[in-house]
Amino acid sequence: MLDMFFIVVYTDYTVYIRYIQLRREEMDISISNTSEMPIYEQIYNQIKAQIMQGRLLEGEALPSIRSLAKDLRISVITTKRAYDELEKDGFIYTVLGKGCFVSKRNVELIREAHLKEIEEFMKKIIDLASVIDLTKEEIIEMFNILYEVDKE
Amino acid sequence: MNAIEVRNLVKKYPGFKLDNVSFQLPKGYIMGLVGDNGAGKSTTMKLIMNSIKRDSGVVKVLGCDNTSKSFVKVKEEIGVVLDEALFPEVLNAKQVNNIMKRTYMNWEEDRFFGYMDRFSLPPDKVFKDYSRGMKMKLSISVALSHKSRLLVLDEPTSGLDPIVRDEILDILNEFTRDEENSIVISSHITGDLEKICDYVAFLHKGKLVLCEEKDTLLYKYGIVHATRSEFGVVPKNAIVSKRETPYGIDALVFREKTPKTVKIEKPTIEDIFVFMHKYREENYK
Repeated sequence: MLDMFFIVVYTDYTVYIRYIQLRREEMDISISNTSEMPIYEQIYNQIKAQIMQGRLLEGEALPSIRSLAKDLRISVITTKRAYDELEKDGFIYTVLGKGCFVSKRNVELIREAHLKEIEEFMKKIIDLASVIDLTKEEIIEMFNILYEVDKE
Repeated sequence: MNAIEVRNLVKKYPGFKLDNVSFQLPKGYIMGLVGDNGAGKSTTMKLIMNSIKRDSGVVKVLGCDNTSKSFVKVKEEIGVVLDEALFPEVLNAKQVNNIMKRTYMNWEEDRFFGYMDRFSLPPDKVFKDYSRGMKMKLSISVALSHKSRLLVLDEPTSGLDPIVRDEILDILNEFTRDEENSIVISSHITGDLEKICDYVAFLHKGKLVLCEEKDTLLYKYGIVHATRSEFGVVPKNAIVSKRETPYGIDALVFREKTPKTVKIEKPTIEDIFVFMHKYREENYK
């Protein structure tokens, strides 16, 4: 839940409205130590997913790097890396001395991110296919069948 | 800024040499020193505190050269815990408090008794009747009760039960929530270090084998369990060291250099440490 206070200040002719957003205190992140995926990537993926699904809203403050690291009992460096990547990819932004906030949702950006992810899966398909000597045609054939089944 | 900066540190004892050790611990982070018995962990800790004389090298602690006169003041901000707690046997915790009050300028009595409470340590019992765990908890309480900015902890969790160890790790974790605070900690219990450290340094026979960010380290290496024929596809330059059994091969490998078709498990710091030292030496025999 996003808590928001509206402070309304009346002066002679103008009305200023200021928003003060509270730092969220609960956020779902689970770290698996047995996963193949590096920990920073697990954090990155989970925060990204929450932003894309709209569970984290634009302008909302994320927990500070240090408190997230200490609460999850992971290294500060790892957490910083996850935040850096999120910022680099435009999902969050940093206000010096205030912390990290969720960026405006950008449809193009999300599309781009999805494309990148699809590409990763395709690379994996190619890797796996080469192990059992599956040809490109056979992969495409398989894909066509699956695609049709899915559409029906 | 660095909390600790060690450059080309050398210390010779008969039959042992701490050989040209250099590393840095940035402020706000936790570094774990891992090493077998006699690797030089305690020697390094003592040299950081300048409580033994070095042969050569430079050590800066909280920005101050530890051979300079002003280091006395810096020591106020360092909490030290050695693997054997050495308080006079006949004193109880209240008396320890009285002594510390006159020893440290920034002694925080309330905080000290707060920790005594948290650790459920009896304040009237004399030190010699304390159990090993209680002794250790008392030293840690002292180290944390004089506005320390740096903790130097030599084996603070050895010989303690899992619950107490976890409690101590929690307190250390809490301590570094403030980004001004740093910790250097040594332990045989690598699992403890894995839980809290940002950096890990390996010492072996007086040499610093590696010093790296913990998660990078855990991702850089992998463990492979395979049959001999499965293992054939792993290139030589991917293998750090291996252990052969009549049934197959266990190996520590570089993840990046190993073909994707080979199943790689995530190592623990212990795996990396043991494989690097034990089997490497056997491989070169």
